[in-house]
Amino acid sequence: MIKFSDRQLKTPKLMRPVYLVTAGQSKFDRAIPEKRTEELCVDALTMAARLIDKSPAELKSYIHSCYYGHFADHFGDQLLGEAVIHDRLGLDPLGNIGVKTGGATGGSTLWEAVKTVASGYSDCVLAMGWERMDEVPTDEGNHLISCAADKDWETPLGHIYTGYYAVMAQKYWQVFGKEEESFRRTLAEIAVKHHGYARFNPYAQAPMDITVNDVLNSPVVAYPLRALDCCLMSVGAACAIICDEDTAMKLTHNTKNKPLRIWVAAGSHTLRPACRRDMEIPLLPNESPDQYADLGERFPGGDRYPGFTGFLAARMSAYYGYRMAGIVDPMEDLDVIELHDAFTISDVQTYEDVGLRPYGYGRDYVESGDCYHTNPNTGEPGKLPSNLSGGLIGCMHAVGATGIMQTLEVASHIWNRWAEIHGDQKIWDEFGREKPDDWTDLQVKDAKRALAISHAGVGSHVTATILMDPDHLLKEDA
Amino acid sequence: MSIFGTVRVKNGQYKIKGDFHHITPNMPIRNEEDGWKLMGITNPRAMTYMHSYGGEAPFFESISQGKILGTRCDDPDCEFKGTSYIPFRIHCPDCLSKNTIVDFTDICKNTGTIHTFMVCERFGAFNTLEKPIKFINVEFDGISTILMSYLSIGEPEMGLRVVPIFRTRNPTYTITDLSWVAEGVAEEDLPEGFTYG
Ligand SMILES: [Zn+2]
Repeated sequence: MIKFSDRQLKTPKLMRPVYLVTAGQSKFDRAIPEKRTEELCVDALTMAARLIDKSPAELKSYIHSCYYGHFADHFGDQLLGEAVIHDRLGLDPLGNIGVKTGGATGGSTLWEAVKTVASGYSDCVLAMGWERMDEVPTDEGNHLISCAADKDWETPLGHIYTGYYAVMAQKYWQVFGKEEESFRRTLAEIAVKHHGYARFNPYAQAPMDITVNDVLNSPVVAYPLRALDCCLMSVGAACAIICDEDTAMKLTHNTKNKPLRIWVAAGSHTLRPACRRDMEIPLLPNESPDQYADLGERFPGGDRYPGFTGFLAARMSAYYGYRMAGIVDPMEDLDVIELHDAFTISDVQTYEDVGLRPYGYGRDYVESGDCYHTNPNTGEPGKLPSNLSGGLIGCMHAVGATGIMQTLEVASHIWNRWAEIHGDQKIWDEFGREKPDDWTDLQVKDAKRALAISHAGVGSHVTATILMDPDHLLKEDA
Repeated sequence: MSIFGTVRVKNGQYKIKGDFHHITPNMPIRNEEDGWKLMGITNPRAMTYMHSYGGEAPFFESISQGKILGTRCDDPDCEFKGTSYIPFRIHCPDCLSKNTIVDFTDICKNTGTIHTFMVCERFGAFNTLEKPIKFINVEFDGISTILMSYLSIGEPEMGLRVVPIFRTRNPTYTITDLSWVAEGVAEEDLPEGFTYG
């Protein structure tokens, strides 16, 4: 579709308030030969229980239905892996279902869990996501990922998903980046930032102390993208417990976790970028129709929307999500975010899709220093820090778990437990990872509201997960 | 002895001949740092699928014959009547009526222009294209969508005019039978098996 009816653009409404109570995750790594997937899921659920001072058995006794995010059956070579995990978690005979929406699988799993609680069907739901991408070597893994593109029109072309994705990066690079060396360095700064923040995260797979020049000298994958501009391929699991108000209060009573209000909204767009048709830009609450009238003059070639430069699905997830939760200006209303940095350049494209900057000006979110925990230009706290976990570039992209990992990460700031969750020496030791001498507490002070964007492939599915401290809502009836 | 699996359709059913899978032994995975203890097992998989092109079959036949078929919604009641599609869409995405198949070969030859591109230094298992792969997205006058393909000869840049070439000799009947070159390449210089149609 390229025109949308008012019915289709209705602001989604949850039938009752829904809360994120706790969450957990496993170690993330390129390969974890010593553990089966179920062991990683047990690790995640055990952590979620521990954060609210419960035993896994106690927490399980509250769970009424289960949503499992697992994208690629062929990676794990186990069809219906959800049933295996469900049994091993000892959750029979509860109802359960698998969710798969490519890279957005984690976010989509939360979307389903939230709606289940909002509808009244369940008072407590488990959302668990995982991926097992170490059962094949990287070449074969690239082939398997490329099977998520159109198998007749795209996959035979190189069997490499990057090929279908990076044409969009190239368009953005030339039209909005104007092929400027300064923009290329800005992209590299994103990789430096995400690998750098990963150094303070014991769960993260790719901590690196690198420079912009290291990124610019890493091997070309698809010009202008280089190896260090790209996300990871990972193994791991993450989970969240989603509840109604009464259950949330019971489960968190006398614990350090305050139940957080949660909303999830979703959008979609063509699986094949080739099939995108031109349309008007759906506007976010902080945008006006006239501000894009001369976009093609300011950025020659930039007059087609979404063209190959915008992610309509990301735009729509924010379109629905912001209105649902009362967000007007994400830069003012949010305190911490996690974005789906599949590539440094798609991170920038997303800044625009979700309204951190207007279309065409995403790079300013980095160059202004707003995206950092501490703004390197001023030494003051960044205005809206992003991807303090390390993101997909520094922490992990265990596809089905990614959107849930992001949600745990931003929740840990609102819970004011970031340092505890990431700094505990025991976790570093357990994972066989060395805690750096300059380990830094990245807790965002007084964080009350957060956003996590979970994104599939070339933008076929995107979810926006919004968290708020219930005492700091933006809208009465949200 | 094994022979490639082959398939034909007769009386509306698949008739198969040859081998559709190969059995390769499982091999143990052992930990050399821990007394060569067993950690896992390899699971080889080599299997041939039977895949229907369904209503898109005319397109995949046409590229082996030097033609590019697209489609158009001609439903008089459709708000977007007259919208033309490459890639070929069997049904109109707006009204869902069956699209008309249209031969767009001339439009492709005369107006194909690179919208965006990417030179990919990497590729996945089973890749058959020459490396690096020059991915291109080609736009055409009067067509609402932008085809993903690959450039065989020439250096890709946005706005470059390109013309289609077709694997008319020994076609694979996959999308790789359609490729593009910059204008002005002599037919004898095209990659093996390809012609201008
Ligand atoms: Zn129609």
